[in-house]
Amino acid sequence: MRGIVVVGNGMAGSRLVSEVRARDKKARVTVFGAEERAPYNRVLLSNVLAGTTRADQVRLHGPSWYADHDVTVHLGTEVVAIDRETRCVITGDGRRTPYSVLVLATGSEPVVPAVPGAERAIAFRTMDDCERILAAAKASRRAVVIGGGLLGVEAARGLAGRGLPVTLLHLKGHLMDRQLDHEAGQVLGDTLAGLGVEIMTGVTVTGITEGKVELTSGHVEADLVVAACGVRPVTTLAHDAGLHVERGIVVDDEMRTDDPAIFAVGECAQHDGQVYGLVAPCWEQAAIVADLITGADARARYRGSRLVTRLKAKSVELAAMGETHLTDADAEIVRFTHRRGGTYRKLVIRDGRLVGAILVGDPATVGTLTQLFDRGGPLPADRAGLLFPSLSGAAPVSPSPVRMPDAAQVCRCNNVTKGQIRACWEAGARDVAAVAAATRATTGCGSCAETVGGIVEWLCEQEGASA
Amino acid sequence: MAPLPEGTATHCPYCALQCGMHVTPLEIGQVEIDQVEITPRDDVPANQGGLCQKGWTAGALLRSPHRLTTPLVHGKPVGWDEALGYAAARIARIQDVHGPDAVAVFGGGGLTNEKAYQLGKFARVALRTSQIDYNGRFCMSSAAAATNRAFGLDRGLPFPVTDLAEAGAVLLAGGNVAETMPPFVRHLNPAGLIVVDPRETATARLAALHLQNAPGTDLALALALLHIAIADGHVAEEYVAARTTGFDAVRDSVSAWWPERAERVTGVPVAGMRRAVAMLAEAGNAVILTGRGAEQHAKGTDTVTAYINLALTLGLPGRRGSGYGCVTGQGNGQGGREHGQKADQLPGYRKIDDPAARAHVAAVWGVDPADLPGPGRSAYELLDALGTPEGPKALLLFGSNPVVSSPRSGHVAGRLAALDLLVVADLVLSDTAELATVVLPTAQWAEEAGTMTNLEGRVLLRRRAVAPPSGVRSDLEILSGLADRLGRGGVFPDDPRTVFDELRRASAGGVADYSGITYEKIADQGGVFWPCPADDHPGTPRIFLDRFPTPDGRARMVAVDHRPPVEDVDADFPYYLTTGRLLAHYQSGAQTRRVADLTEAAPQPFLELHPDLADHLGIRPGDLVRVTGRRGVTEATARISAAIRADTVFLPFHWEGPNRLTNPALDPVSRMPEFKVCAVNLAVVGGGR
Repeated sequence: MRGIVVVGNGMAGSRLVSEVRARDKKARVTVFGAEERAPYNRVLLSNVLAGTTRADQVRLHGPSWYADHDVTVHLGTEVVAIDRETRCVITGDGRRTPYSVLVLATGSEPVVPAVPGAERAIAFRTMDDCERILAAAKASRRAVVIGGGLLGVEAARGLAGRGLPVTLLHLKGHLMDRQLDHEAGQVLGDTLAGLGVEIMTGVTVTGITEGKVELTSGHVEADLVVAACGVRPVTTLAHDAGLHVERGIVVDDEMRTDDPAIFAVGECAQHDGQVYGLVAPCWEQAAIVADLITGADARARYRGSRLVTRLKAKSVELAAMGETHLTDADAEIVRFTHRRGGTYRKLVIRDGRLVGAILVGDPATVGTLTQLFDRGGPLPADRAGLLFPSLSGAAPVSPSPVRMPDAAQVCRCNNVTKGQIRACWEAGARDVAAVAAATRATTGCGSCAETVGGIVEWLCEQEGASA
Repeated sequence: MAPLPEGTATHCPYCALQCGMHVTPLEIGQVEIDQVEITPRDDVPANQGGLCQKGWTAGALLRSPHRLTTPLVHGKPVGWDEALGYAAARIARIQDVHGPDAVAVFGGGGLTNEKAYQLGKFARVALRTSQIDYNGRFCMSSAAAATNRAFGLDRGLPFPVTDLAEAGAVLLAGGNVAETMPPFVRHLNPAGLIVVDPRETATARLAALHLQNAPGTDLALALALLHIAIADGHVAEEYVAARTTGFDAVRDSVSAWWPERAERVTGVPVAGMRRAVAMLAEAGNAVILTGRGAEQHAKGTDTVTAYINLALTLGLPGRRGSGYGCVTGQGNGQGGREHGQKADQLPGYRKIDDPAARAHVAAVWGVDPADLPGPGRSAYELLDALGTPEGPKALLLFGSNPVVSSPRSGHVAGRLAALDLLVVADLVLSDTAELATVVLPTAQWAEEAGTMTNLEGRVLLRRRAVAPPSGVRSDLEILSGLADRLGRGGVFPDDPRTVFDELRRASAGGVADYSGITYEKIADQGGVFWPCPADDHPGTPRIFLDRFPTPDGRARMVAVDHRPPVEDVDADFPYYLTTGRLLAHYQSGAQTRRVADLTEAAPQPFLELHPDLADHLGIRPGDLVRVTGRRGVTEATARISAAIRADTVFLPFHWEGPNRLTNPALDPVSRMPEFKVCAVNLAVVGGGR
């Protein structure tokens, strides 16, 4: 019997299966995963490397999930071909599985630096990679991470956190150059340096030898080399099946390939010229495809994603979103730098909307700014309030009895103003109990007792002073 | 006239805290004047001598000029015989033509246990209709569904409220107790208080930590908190192994909710989430509480489930000084959901589709189990069906004001108007009573006896302190009178104690077992916690200490996932609307809007919005603003405050208007509407004064 067949059980594939099941309890679903493991959350591997999350805490579905949800799963099974004519996928052992709808979620694979000795480096992509790195780290004295992008920074920070001296090598002039401007990259570098990561930017690796990473000039000693040099979409299966493939498998707004029975989601897919490497877009795509193939929402369309990069590294707060490279010539830029304090904040505003931001060393405003970026909400005329929320709308500090106006409400529970307490005092009340008896102030939640006491005391002092 | 008792010890007419108070009729010489004095009782743990303004002024409604003292038929004053006779004849005719389900009953969470019980029995025995539900569906149903699923039992707080003082940390998700039940704050330690709310409410200002999430994202936040708790090694391994099932699947499910992802969805900084988890995990004793803010969503049951999962992972429920609880809202929100005014339920928290439950209750009622109707429509579905070809043609309404309090209220008012017969029992001419064919004036609170079950599950005695005005009848008398005229006389006593004794028998052996509770025991013990299954049983202040009342004795953890609000913001409706309560008013305001001190404190609805949003739209303080949504429009004066998120506006719902906009999308399990988030647009219609 034909059904939905999913090739790939990583972040996108496993998500797609869950999303299909959430919408349709009956559809026949078969999923093939090249890894032997039950699907896990790849995003959390940096945390596993850093030791802040245990390996058994990143699983997305346990072994029993598939039986419980009536999904057929083939783990450790590679699909080697698609027979579009008969609508079947073919696995390595020659078995054919027919499909009515096929979803390709083949993901991507790490780019290995094309230098001699590259095989000595361990990529950082899978749980197996993560375990190899951790095993090697135990026996290592110095580590090098090649590639100062998001993943490389997280890996370097994680290894340094385990007490291993780490050098982070980056080809470009500053770290995370795709997301950050130069100054932000510098602040990030400073922060990492303070956490024990040696940073070398603008360097090209020419080879890896026993105990060394060779550079164009000089070398860095290392007995553990981790390669985080980016990824490329895995498209061979699609290409061999004759589907339209450019950098990724080309899909339309329904995430459909040029074969209407075949969809592609996640890092292997190319939508509107864009291949996404972050999980949020992959999961948005999975939800769209699930809507379409279960019939839950036949009008669901993918229109691209807003990109937010949020570093997960202990003691390094960093978020970058949208168009961070624009300058004053193209947009309104609001910027605050305090390099010594590890802080850099930049907002990029166009047509009154937040279209980009970089936040380094600033955990408090990330949530608010991300939502403004995602939803295009109105910005305050005073832009400083966005960078420093405490400047605007700060809760007023509890006013002193002297400066509080008579109309100020002191007891919320019984709607008693300072003026009423004063009147009550003038009528003879000289302590909190007497004020409470007359006005009911303090008799609700009780949290104004101190303020009422302060007012009574102040009035008594005034009396003493004027007597 | 017999002398009235002096200084009657009773409880407040309003919220679920049921503060103890003395009600004393004032006399000049030997002559009673039309006033009572109210003083707080310090022998009641819930309020410990405190009262809020609502409680202090509760006496004002006893002799209010707004009281109804004569029945109305088509707006004309008539005698009781005529009113009851007319209503009964119309009911009988409608049922003759359209069948028993053509007459529906709608109750309330403010009714005493006796009334709630009698209303359910009246529907099933006198009317034989399946069509009964109540406004508690809009209040407690999500928490009730989630706690039943997890613990096998739903009692708002499974421990005395005073236990909160033993908790080093309390997380309150979506509750504003400093306004809704101020004396509750006396039980909280501000240094350990964490409040989750889109607004910096009076309660949030008291707290050590405020997580200001976007409306409709409580579930994502709860999942991320659990993710952090697991990653940071706070799993109570032994407890989880010994007292729960389902942990592995829950752990796997929250691996998808790492905090940075939740930050983008909720707007809550990761650092705040981490601090909240650390506070809960390191406190020794900790309590997680949910309120309507987290519960009144189409995913409310799952949100509460996620918080229960967090509590269970930390090993809190069933440990003294720790646990999970929900903060019940209405005065008898607890008892009101136990004794059969819910569509799917029979007394004692029994399920109406359980053959053993039907047999037990039918025996108490002296009817054939086969004659008991099955489950009916839930509250909104019932209101939505009124006057439609398939729906009820008549409605009997007690203790509720759905024209103000139901979601999509403009539509609901239309459905009520489409009925052949609307009978409303109330003490004032409420917004809904104004639409009624027959209005029956009722006694209230201090004018009649009965029991209330407060937010702790403690059954309390409400005593008669004053005589009702002449011309009004109690709800029990009304039901009795209608039953007589419907040919079901003799089995609907109008004496509260007699009804309670029958309720005890009906609840015996059920989950909420009241069989060992008597008025005397309540008076002696200062309240009795259910379950209390025998005459010599003292009641159960702390449930779950040894086991959970599930088949295997373990709490059930259920994996849940977040989804966005049913109606998210878009270009046409770019702002979130959330609604809530003010200190000076209670529920639909039918009572409190008729108390002068309270209307002075909060005279009219307002729209709270952030200064950035106000600037953007050119709204100044005091401007009249039109709030437009997909289901309706309302207007309110602007109140500008940085206490609210810039993407969200707030309306208090105590007046007719705000609920015209709210979304009736229902939770699939609890049938709770999505009151707390919908999308709106704003426009200035007039300048401020």
